[in-house]
Amino acid sequence: MRWLWIDRIVSLEPGQRLVAIKNVSMAEDHLHDHFAADEASGRPASPIMPASLIVEGMAQTAGILVGHTGAFREKVILAKVSNATLEADATPGTTLRYEAELKSFDTVGASCQGVVSLIDPVAPGEATAIGQIDLVFSHLDQNRAGLAFPDHNFVFGPSFKMILEQSGIDLPAE
Amino acid sequence: MTHDEVFEKVREVLVDALAVDDDEVLPGATLTGDLGAESIDFLDIVFKLEQAFGIKIAQGELFPDNVSQDPEFVQNGVVTPKGMEALKERLPHADFTKLEADPKITNVGEIFTVDALVKFCERKLSAAA
Repeated sequence: MRWLWIDRIVSLEPGQRLVAIKNVSMAEDHLHDHFAADEASGRPASPIMPASLIVEGMAQTAGILVGHTGAFREKVILAKVSNATLEADATPGTTLRYEAELKSFDTVGASCQGVVSLIDPVAPGEATAIGQIDLVFSHLDQNRAGLAFPDHNFVFGPSFKMILEQSGIDLPAE
Repeated sequence: MTHDEVFEKVREVLVDALAVDDDEVLPGATLTGDLGAESIDFLDIVFKLEQAFGIKIAQGELFPDNVSQDPEFVQNGVVTPKGMEALKERLPHADFTKLEADPKITNVGEIFTVDALVKFCERKLSAAA
Protein backbone atom coordinates (compact mmCIF):
# COMPACT_ATOMS: atom_id res chain seq x y z
CA MET A 1 0.00 0.00 0.00
CA ARG A 2 1.24 3.49 -0.80
CA TRP A 3 0.84 6.30 1.70
CA LEU A 4 -1.26 8.36 -0.69
CA TRP A 5 -4.55 9.62 0.66
CA ILE A 6 -5.59 11.71 -2.30
CA ASP A 7 -6.24 10.36 -5.78
CA ARG A 8 -6.18 13.48 -7.89
CA ILE A 9 -5.78 17.22 -7.72
CA VAL A 10 -8.78 18.81 -9.40
CA SER A 11 -7.80 22.47 -9.18
CA LEU A 12 -4.92 24.65 -8.12
CA GLU A 13 -4.79 28.40 -7.65
CA PRO A 14 -1.08 28.84 -6.92
CA GLY A 15 -0.39 30.37 -3.53
CA GLN A 16 -4.08 30.39 -2.65
CA ARG A 17 -6.08 27.20 -2.93
CA LEU A 18 -5.82 23.55 -3.87
CA VAL A 19 -8.65 21.05 -4.24
CA ALA A 20 -8.07 17.28 -4.26
CA ILE A 21 -10.33 14.25 -4.18
CA LYS A 22 -10.12 10.80 -2.67
CA ASN A 23 -12.40 7.98 -3.77
CA VAL A 24 -13.29 5.72 -0.85
CA SER A 25 -13.18 2.10 -2.02
CA MET A 26 -14.35 -1.17 -0.51
CA ALA A 27 -11.05 -2.65 -1.78
CA GLU A 28 -9.16 -0.76 0.93
CA ASP A 29 -8.19 -3.26 3.60
CA HIS A 30 -8.44 -0.89 6.52
CA LEU A 31 -12.17 -0.33 5.94
CA HIS A 32 -12.76 -3.97 6.79
CA ASP A 33 -11.28 -3.43 10.23
CA HIS A 34 -12.87 -0.03 10.72
CA PHE A 35 -15.28 -1.43 11.66
CA ALA A 36 -15.56 -5.19 11.41
CA ALA A 37 -18.73 -7.05 12.32
CA ASP A 38 -18.90 -8.21 15.89
CA GLU A 39 -20.36 -11.69 16.07
CA ALA A 40 -20.70 -11.68 19.83
CA SER A 41 -23.00 -8.68 19.89
CA GLY A 42 -24.43 -9.23 16.42
CA ARG A 43 -23.29 -5.78 15.30
CA PRO A 44 -22.91 -5.71 11.51
CA ALA A 45 -19.81 -4.52 9.69
CA SER A 46 -19.61 -0.75 9.32
CA PRO A 47 -16.91 0.28 6.85
CA ILE A 48 -16.14 3.99 7.23
CA MET A 49 -13.07 6.01 6.34
CA PRO A 50 -11.10 6.64 9.57
CA ALA A 51 -11.15 10.30 10.60
CA SER A 52 -7.36 10.20 11.18
CA LEU A 53 -6.86 9.32 7.50
CA ILE A 54 -9.19 12.13 6.45
CA VAL A 55 -6.92 14.47 8.42
CA GLU A 56 -3.97 12.91 6.56
CA GLY A 57 -5.76 13.47 3.23
CA MET A 58 -6.23 17.14 4.07
CA ALA A 59 -2.60 17.33 5.24
CA GLN A 60 -1.44 15.98 1.89
CA THR A 61 -3.73 18.38 0.01
CA ALA A 62 -2.63 21.42 2.03
CA GLY A 63 0.98 20.21 2.13
CA ILE A 64 1.16 20.14 -1.66
CA LEU A 65 -0.31 23.67 -1.76
CA VAL A 66 2.33 24.87 0.72
CA GLY A 67 5.08 22.96 -1.13
CA HIS A 68 3.98 24.36 -4.49
CA THR A 69 3.95 27.89 -3.06
CA GLY A 70 7.62 27.44 -2.14
CA ALA A 71 8.45 25.80 -5.49
CA PHE A 72 9.00 22.49 -3.61
CA ARG A 73 12.34 23.73 -2.26
CA GLU A 74 11.27 23.33 1.37
CA LYS A 75 10.62 20.11 3.28
CA VAL A 76 7.05 20.78 4.38
CA ILE A 77 6.15 18.91 7.57
CA LEU A 78 2.75 18.85 9.28
CA ALA A 79 3.42 20.45 12.66
CA LYS A 80 0.02 21.00 14.21
CA VAL A 81 -3.62 20.11 13.69
CA SER A 82 -5.19 23.33 14.99
CA ASN A 83 -8.73 22.18 14.51
CA ALA A 84 -10.46 19.11 13.11
CA THR A 85 -14.22 18.60 13.10
CA LEU A 86 -16.08 16.01 11.04
CA GLU A 87 -19.84 15.64 11.17
CA ALA A 88 -20.53 12.74 8.81
CA ASP A 89 -18.96 9.44 7.80
CA ALA A 90 -17.35 8.73 4.44
CA THR A 91 -18.42 5.26 3.30
CA PRO A 92 -17.21 3.15 0.34
CA GLY A 93 -18.50 4.47 -2.96
CA THR A 94 -18.36 8.11 -1.96
CA THR A 95 -15.75 10.72 -2.82
CA LEU A 96 -14.04 12.96 -0.32
CA ARG A 97 -13.25 16.45 -1.53
CA TYR A 98 -10.48 18.34 0.23
CA GLU A 99 -10.28 22.10 -0.30
CA ALA A 100 -7.26 23.75 1.31
CA GLU A 101 -6.83 27.51 1.48
CA LEU A 102 -3.47 29.08 2.31
CA LYS A 103 -3.88 31.55 5.17
CA SER A 104 -0.26 32.37 6.04
CA PHE A 105 3.09 31.61 4.45
CA ASP A 106 6.57 32.70 5.43
CA THR A 107 10.13 31.39 5.60
CA VAL A 108 9.57 29.18 8.65
CA GLY A 109 6.18 27.68 7.84
CA ALA A 110 2.60 28.09 6.73
CA SER A 111 -0.98 27.66 7.89
CA CYS A 112 -4.02 26.43 5.97
CA GLN A 113 -7.76 26.22 6.49
CA GLY A 114 -9.41 23.17 5.00
CA VAL A 115 -12.97 22.19 4.21
CA VAL A 116 -13.86 18.52 3.81
CA SER A 117 -16.86 17.71 1.62
CA LEU A 118 -18.52 14.49 0.59
CA ILE A 119 -19.75 13.71 -2.90
CA ASP A 120 -22.29 10.92 -3.30
CA PRO A 121 -22.40 9.54 -6.88
CA VAL A 122 -26.18 9.31 -6.58
CA ALA A 123 -26.14 13.13 -6.73
CA PRO A 124 -22.70 13.79 -8.23
CA GLY A 125 -23.23 17.51 -8.73
CA GLU A 126 -23.56 18.19 -5.03
CA ALA A 127 -20.69 18.28 -2.57
CA THR A 128 -21.84 18.44 1.03
CA ALA A 129 -19.46 20.06 3.49
CA ILE A 130 -18.90 17.66 6.39
CA GLY A 131 -16.06 19.26 8.31
CA GLN A 132 -13.17 21.63 8.73
CA ILE A 133 -9.48 20.84 9.29
CA ASP A 134 -6.99 23.63 9.99
CA LEU A 135 -3.28 22.85 9.87
CA VAL A 136 0.10 24.43 10.57
CA PHE A 137 3.15 23.33 8.58
CA SER A 138 6.81 23.78 9.35
CA HIS A 139 9.59 24.27 6.82
CA LEU A 140 11.85 21.68 8.38
CA ASP A 141 15.25 23.06 7.43
CA GLN A 142 14.34 26.53 8.74
CA ASN A 143 13.31 25.33 12.19
CA ARG A 144 15.82 22.73 13.27
CA ALA A 145 19.02 24.73 13.50
CA GLY A 146 22.00 22.49 14.10
CA LEU A 147 20.23 19.34 12.96
CA ALA A 148 21.24 18.14 9.54
CA PHE A 149 18.67 16.61 7.24
CA PRO A 150 19.38 15.11 3.83
CA ASP A 151 19.65 17.64 1.04
CA HIS A 152 17.15 15.88 -1.19
CA ASN A 153 13.51 16.68 -0.56
CA PHE A 154 12.25 13.45 0.99
CA VAL A 155 8.82 14.96 1.65
CA PHE A 156 7.91 15.48 -1.98
CA GLY A 157 9.05 12.19 -3.47
CA PRO A 158 8.14 10.32 -6.66
CA SER A 159 4.59 9.48 -5.47
CA PHE A 160 3.61 13.13 -5.10
CA LYS A 161 5.25 14.02 -8.38
CA MET A 162 3.21 11.27 -10.01
CA ILE A 163 -0.03 12.69 -8.58
CA LEU A 164 0.89 16.17 -9.77
CA GLU A 165 1.73 14.89 -13.25
CA GLN A 166 -1.41 12.75 -13.45
CA SER A 167 -3.44 15.78 -12.42
CA GLY A 168 -1.92 17.92 -15.15
CA ILE A 169 -0.07 20.19 -12.71
CA ASP A 170 3.27 21.44 -13.98
CA LEU A 171 6.22 20.70 -11.73
CA PRO A 172 8.45 23.68 -10.96
CA ALA A 173 11.81 23.65 -12.72
CA GLU A 174 14.59 21.95 -10.71
CA MET B 1 -7.86 50.31 19.30
CA THR B 2 -8.01 50.47 23.11
CA HIS B 3 -5.88 48.33 25.44
CA ASP B 4 -8.95 46.24 26.32
CA GLU B 5 -9.78 45.66 22.65
CA VAL B 6 -6.22 44.52 21.93
CA PHE B 7 -6.33 42.24 24.99
CA GLU B 8 -9.63 40.71 23.82
CA LYS B 9 -8.21 39.93 20.37
CA VAL B 10 -5.06 38.43 21.89
CA ARG B 11 -7.25 36.37 24.19
CA GLU B 12 -9.26 35.07 21.21
CA VAL B 13 -6.04 34.14 19.39
CA LEU B 14 -4.70 32.23 22.40
CA VAL B 15 -8.00 30.45 23.11
CA ASP B 16 -8.02 29.34 19.48
CA ALA B 17 -4.32 28.44 19.17
CA LEU B 18 -3.85 26.73 22.52
CA ALA B 19 -7.34 25.31 23.16
CA VAL B 20 -7.51 26.99 26.59
CA ASP B 21 -10.52 28.55 28.29
CA ASP B 22 -11.20 32.31 28.21
CA ASP B 23 -10.68 32.66 31.94
CA GLU B 24 -7.22 31.05 31.80
CA VAL B 25 -5.91 33.85 29.59
CA LEU B 26 -4.94 36.38 32.27
CA PRO B 27 -2.43 39.21 31.71
CA GLY B 28 0.23 37.56 33.86
CA ALA B 29 -0.19 34.04 32.45
CA THR B 30 2.91 32.66 30.72
CA LEU B 31 2.41 31.01 27.34
CA THR B 32 4.47 27.92 28.04
CA GLY B 33 4.11 27.48 31.80
CA ASP B 34 0.49 28.47 32.36
CA LEU B 35 -1.11 27.97 28.94
CA GLY B 36 0.85 24.92 27.78
CA ALA B 37 2.23 26.36 24.53
CA GLU B 38 4.80 24.23 22.70
CA SER B 39 7.35 25.40 20.16
CA ILE B 40 5.12 25.00 17.10
CA ASP B 41 2.34 26.93 18.83
CA PHE B 42 4.51 30.04 18.63
CA LEU B 43 4.41 29.89 14.83
CA ASP B 44 0.64 29.38 14.95
CA ILE B 45 0.27 32.35 17.35
CA VAL B 46 2.34 34.59 15.05
CA PHE B 47 0.14 33.67 12.07
CA LYS B 48 -3.07 34.20 14.02
CA LEU B 49 -1.92 37.58 15.43
CA GLU B 50 -1.03 38.71 11.89
CA GLN B 51 -4.53 37.85 10.72
CA ALA B 52 -6.32 39.25 13.77
CA PHE B 53 -4.55 42.62 13.69
CA GLY B 54 -3.68 42.89 9.98
CA ILE B 55 0.02 43.22 10.80
CA LYS B 56 3.19 41.55 9.52
CA ILE B 57 5.50 40.01 12.12
CA ALA B 58 9.03 39.28 10.94
CA GLN B 59 10.81 36.07 11.91
CA GLY B 60 12.38 36.51 15.36
CA GLU B 61 10.55 39.78 16.03
CA LEU B 62 8.10 38.43 18.59
CA PHE B 63 9.87 35.26 19.72
CA PRO B 64 13.69 34.98 19.63
CA ASP B 65 15.54 32.96 17.02
CA ASN B 66 18.30 30.57 17.92
CA VAL B 67 19.29 32.27 21.17
CA SER B 68 20.14 28.94 22.74
CA GLN B 69 22.56 28.09 19.90
CA ASP B 70 24.75 31.16 20.49
CA PRO B 71 27.57 30.31 22.95
CA GLU B 72 27.93 33.99 23.86
CA PHE B 73 24.33 34.12 25.00
CA VAL B 74 23.97 30.75 26.72
CA GLN B 75 26.62 28.86 28.65
CA ASN B 76 26.04 25.60 30.54
CA GLY B 77 22.31 25.96 30.12
CA VAL B 78 22.23 29.44 31.69
CA VAL B 79 21.54 32.73 29.91
CA THR B 80 24.65 34.94 30.27
CA PRO B 81 24.39 38.66 31.20
CA LYS B 82 25.26 39.44 27.57
CA GLY B 83 22.50 37.08 26.42
CA MET B 84 20.04 38.73 28.79
CA GLU B 85 20.88 42.19 27.41
CA ALA B 86 20.53 40.94 23.82
CA LEU B 87 17.15 39.40 24.60
CA LYS B 88 15.95 42.60 26.29
CA GLU B 89 17.03 44.69 23.36
CA ARG B 90 15.39 42.42 20.79
CA LEU B 91 12.26 41.73 22.83
CA PRO B 92 11.34 44.96 24.65
CA HIS B 93 7.75 43.69 25.05
CA ALA B 94 8.75 40.66 27.13
CA ASP B 95 8.66 40.34 30.92
CA PHE B 96 12.10 39.33 32.23
CA THR B 97 11.25 39.21 35.95
CA LYS B 98 11.13 35.41 36.27
CA LEU B 99 14.03 34.72 33.90
CA GLU B 100 16.34 37.14 35.73
CA ALA B 101 15.50 35.48 39.04
CA ASP B 102 16.49 32.08 37.60
CA PRO B 103 18.26 32.49 34.23
CA LYS B 104 18.17 28.87 33.09
CA ILE B 105 17.55 28.63 29.33
CA THR B 106 14.66 26.27 30.04
CA ASN B 107 12.94 29.24 31.72
CA VAL B 108 13.16 31.46 28.64
CA GLY B 109 9.52 30.71 27.83
CA GLU B 110 8.58 32.51 31.06
CA ILE B 111 9.31 35.89 29.44
CA PHE B 112 6.30 35.49 27.16
CA THR B 113 3.24 36.46 29.12
CA VAL B 114 -0.17 37.37 27.74
CA ASP B 115 0.57 40.98 28.68
CA ALA B 116 3.83 40.84 26.70
CA LEU B 117 1.85 39.84 23.59
CA VAL B 118 -0.62 42.67 24.19
CA LYS B 119 2.23 45.19 24.52
CA PHE B 120 3.86 43.83 21.38
CA CYS B 121 0.63 44.18 19.36
CA GLU B 122 -0.01 47.69 20.71
CA ARG B 123 3.49 48.72 19.66
CA LYS B 124 3.02 47.23 16.19
CA LEU B 125 -0.35 48.94 15.77
CA SER B 126 0.93 52.35 16.88
CA ALA B 127 3.95 52.01 14.57
CA ALA B 128 1.61 51.25 11.66
CA ALA B 129 -0.77 54.13 12.47
